[in-house]
Amino acid sequence: MKVTLQNLTKVFPARGKKQQKDVIAVNDFTFEIADGTLIGLLGPSGCGKSTTLHLLSGLQKPTSGKIFFGEDDVTDLPAENRGVGLVFQNYALYPHLTVKQNITFPLENRKGKDKLTKEQMSEMANEVARLVQIDGLLDRKPAELSGGQQQRVAIARALVKQPRILLLDEPLSNLDARLRLQTREEIRRIQRSTGVTTIFVTHDQEEAMSISDLIVVMKDGVVQQIGAPQEVYDDPTNLFVATFLGTPPINVFDGYVQQGKLYIGTEAVLETAGVPDGEVTAAIRPEGFVPCAEGRLTCRLERVEVMGRDISVVSAHDSAKAVSIRSIVGAEHLSAVSGAQVRFDLKPNKVHLFDKQTGARIRF
Amino acid sequence: MSYQKTEQASRRRSIVSKTVIYLLLAVWAIIVLFPFYWMLLTSVKSYSAYNAEWIPQFFTLSPTLENYIEAFTAVPLADYFVNTLIFTVVTTALMLVVTILAAFAFARLDFKGKNLVFTLFLALMMIPTELVVITNYVTVTELDLRNTFTGLILPSVTSVFYIYLLKENFAQIPDELYYAAKVDGTTDMRYLLKVMVPICRPTIITVTILKVIECWNSYVWPRLVTDNSAYFLVSNGIQEIRESGFGRENIPAMMAAVVAISVPLIVLFLCFRKKIMAGVARGGMKG
Amino acid sequence: MKKNNAKAWLYLLPAILFLGAFMVYPLIDVLIYSFEEGFNFASQSFVGVGTDNYSYVLQDPYFLQALKNTFILVIITVPLSTGLSLLISAGLASIRKLRELFQTVYFLPYVTNTLAVGLVFMILFKQTPYSDGLANLVLGVFGIEPVDFIGGPYWAKMLVMCIYTVWVVMPFKILILTGALASVDRSYYQAAQVDGTPKWRVFTKITLPMISPTVFYLIITGFIGAFKAYSDAVALFGTDLNAAGMNTIVGYIYDMLYGNAGGYPSYASAAAIILFAIVLTITCINLLVSKKHVHY
Repeated sequence: MKVTLQNLTKVFPARGKKQQKDVIAVNDFTFEIADGTLIGLLGPSGCGKSTTLHLLSGLQKPTSGKIFFGEDDVTDLPAENRGVGLVFQNYALYPHLTVKQNITFPLENRKGKDKLTKEQMSEMANEVARLVQIDGLLDRKPAELSGGQQQRVAIARALVKQPRILLLDEPLSNLDARLRLQTREEIRRIQRSTGVTTIFVTHDQEEAMSISDLIVVMKDGVVQQIGAPQEVYDDPTNLFVATFLGTPPINVFDGYVQQGKLYIGTEAVLETAGVPDGEVTAAIRPEGFVPCAEGRLTCRLERVEVMGRDISVVSAHDSAKAVSIRSIVGAEHLSAVSGAQVRFDLKPNKVHLFDKQTGARIRF
Repeated sequence: MSYQKTEQASRRRSIVSKTVIYLLLAVWAIIVLFPFYWMLLTSVKSYSAYNAEWIPQFFTLSPTLENYIEAFTAVPLADYFVNTLIFTVVTTALMLVVTILAAFAFARLDFKGKNLVFTLFLALMMIPTELVVITNYVTVTELDLRNTFTGLILPSVTSVFYIYLLKENFAQIPDELYYAAKVDGTTDMRYLLKVMVPICRPTIITVTILKVIECWNSYVWPRLVTDNSAYFLVSNGIQEIRESGFGRENIPAMMAAVVAISVPLIVLFLCFRKKIMAGVARGGMKG
Repeated sequence: MKKNNAKAWLYLLPAILFLGAFMVYPLIDVLIYSFEEGFNFASQSFVGVGTDNYSYVLQDPYFLQALKNTFILVIITVPLSTGLSLLISAGLASIRKLRELFQTVYFLPYVTNTLAVGLVFMILFKQTPYSDGLANLVLGVFGIEPVDFIGGPYWAKMLVMCIYTVWVVMPFKILILTGALASVDRSYYQAAQVDGTPKWRVFTKITLPMISPTVFYLIITGFIGAFKAYSDAVALFGTDLNAAGMNTIVGYIYDMLYGNAGGYPSYASAAAIILFAIVLTITCINLLVSKKHVHY
């Protein structure tokens, strides 16, 4: 099912003394989601991603703008008539019902000609249970399941009614690190095999990047960038997106451009043809540093962390915004890094320039 | 379009259900408030006007305060008030002292048999007052304490539940505070009064208010041990007024008395609304 | 840490004295009383030990009447007040405007004197030579003949008693249920809404099971409270409840102890222990049933 958002806006009006101003949770969001894609809504807390999800589910009504499922305008349609599957952050499994009863719960709501027999419901529940691989747990209560299993039950419950779209709210945040890796593969697999258009919300950029077809980066209710994960990572439209994506984070420097050269401190570190002279913010991905004896950027070496295949060079520079600069380099460079100083050459495609005031990208 | 229809239908449904809910809530609010309105209304109707009403009137155009004067002069209502006040203040104060000391021992001090004694205390919570009132009545009669404040107050002091409530609250205060005080040479009593009691003030206030309500409304025990109207509490006074007061069926004066004894608690409730409701929700039971 | 035994007992002393004198000792004493036959209050003497007191009480028509009254009261008011409070709390939980006002109003009966407001109920329902009273006026609108609810037929008196009891116990139940409803995680309701669950099904399949422990708590305390009914009866029908035929078990106990028929602590003790046994049995049955139906 194709999903279209048209100038979607949600304003929470000011309330009482504590909250003096209206809060614009989602501001003019326009986007068309192709059928069968997996979309990650990504941003720091309070960026409006959860509100977007609630608007899609129908639990909240937009202040203005429209939502279409396929060609149908569902903007004013209440949640119960939208046919969405929603997986909650805390799963919201009914504790007094067994796994199977939880899964068949949405089916039992059907009335009239859509009414299902017990056998049909059971068959559908078994089928979806097999899909998410919990068919052995159907008679247990949620409290007897691990976090990962509960997550699968929640997904099964959302999928059993064959939703037009599937929404997941922070699907991995309640799981430990190991389960998280496993579950995100699982979500990807389930989404692939059902082909249901899926939108999930997360604050964890690694989570979003690893499984999404497209990611939507949001900040303060405003969409910053939409694109394939690699594309957004490689080509951020502004400083916020650049700093929000990537681990270790991008390294940010104060710099300036003079006669087609980028200067950090007093050193000219990169050719930047076509960029007008003036102060800029330069951001360099950790993998953009190449240690070499005649490197153009000189940093104070603090320590080297060996991580096997790669090494992480931690250094410092007076123009850097952070206390330390972290770069990831191949282990073969280990010998080039020693002493009190380290010199780098920069890979041009890993260096992004931004307007010092607006944070907007300056391309070169 | 079918979507539009479903949307309209659901909006209509929600308006209907909201209306039904508000109607239901309003009806219950009226049922709750009506007796209060009626007592206030009747208390300001004059005796003759009230008795002339074959069909009860829902309002009066000539309110009068004569019933209140009657209530306080024909019957020693003021004395009942003073008695209840003395009873309530002394009982509550004694209860606080006993409860705070016991809760402190259970929460802070370590002694042999603590768990056993505390379990016994908890077991006492299950005992209904009806079971112990009989012997208490005999005891108080034998000690010649009928028609005295001592006889009224002493058996009403104990409240196992409040000890339990306060002990739970005291136990939440971190141990470090106690050790710090010990290092500074603070005595246990000083620590209790200067640290624990102030920290747990909200709970102590809750307990106090609940006890005050309980005392003000108590009827059974005062009725058993007092037959001299000089020691009547308001509840007994009301009952006395009902059975033989005012020499005749002076219902407006009776309602004036009822209003007079209900007002203090209602004022108390309106002032400490949140505290009282939270306190009751934590396990307060009437009686 | 060193044990400070003596000091601890000193802090506990007042509580132990009070509880010992007015709870523990009476508890043992009441058992003894109940088995002492022919106890004479004036001389504090008795003629024998046995179960005579129990058989006397169980054959006393006044006690049987009180037993019947109490049971009818319990069977009518406990389900009625629990159901009604559920309905009202559910209504309260689903609104936002005026909610606090309603909550405050609903709680008012809790802080008022049972005796005092009982008098108002009496006046509303009483038929006197010079007025049929407000209740009859309202009933008259529906073409129902006036009835004296206070001094009239048994069913009418029982009806008023039940109405007043429900009115008195509702605040506590509404308060507790509102709290329980508020503590149910919102996401359950959102999940149900997204699944298109009808309101009634949400209530019976989600809300009710989630708050079932609280509901059972209220039923148990409701049973205990209703079995101990007394002051409401006094407020409505006066202190001579036997004459009005509206006595309760607790009323019977007090009448045996004190009042016109008083001076028989042995009978009172036997009746008190019978009451305690009934309440204990019912509570145990309740707990067993709730074990089966409360899910977690």
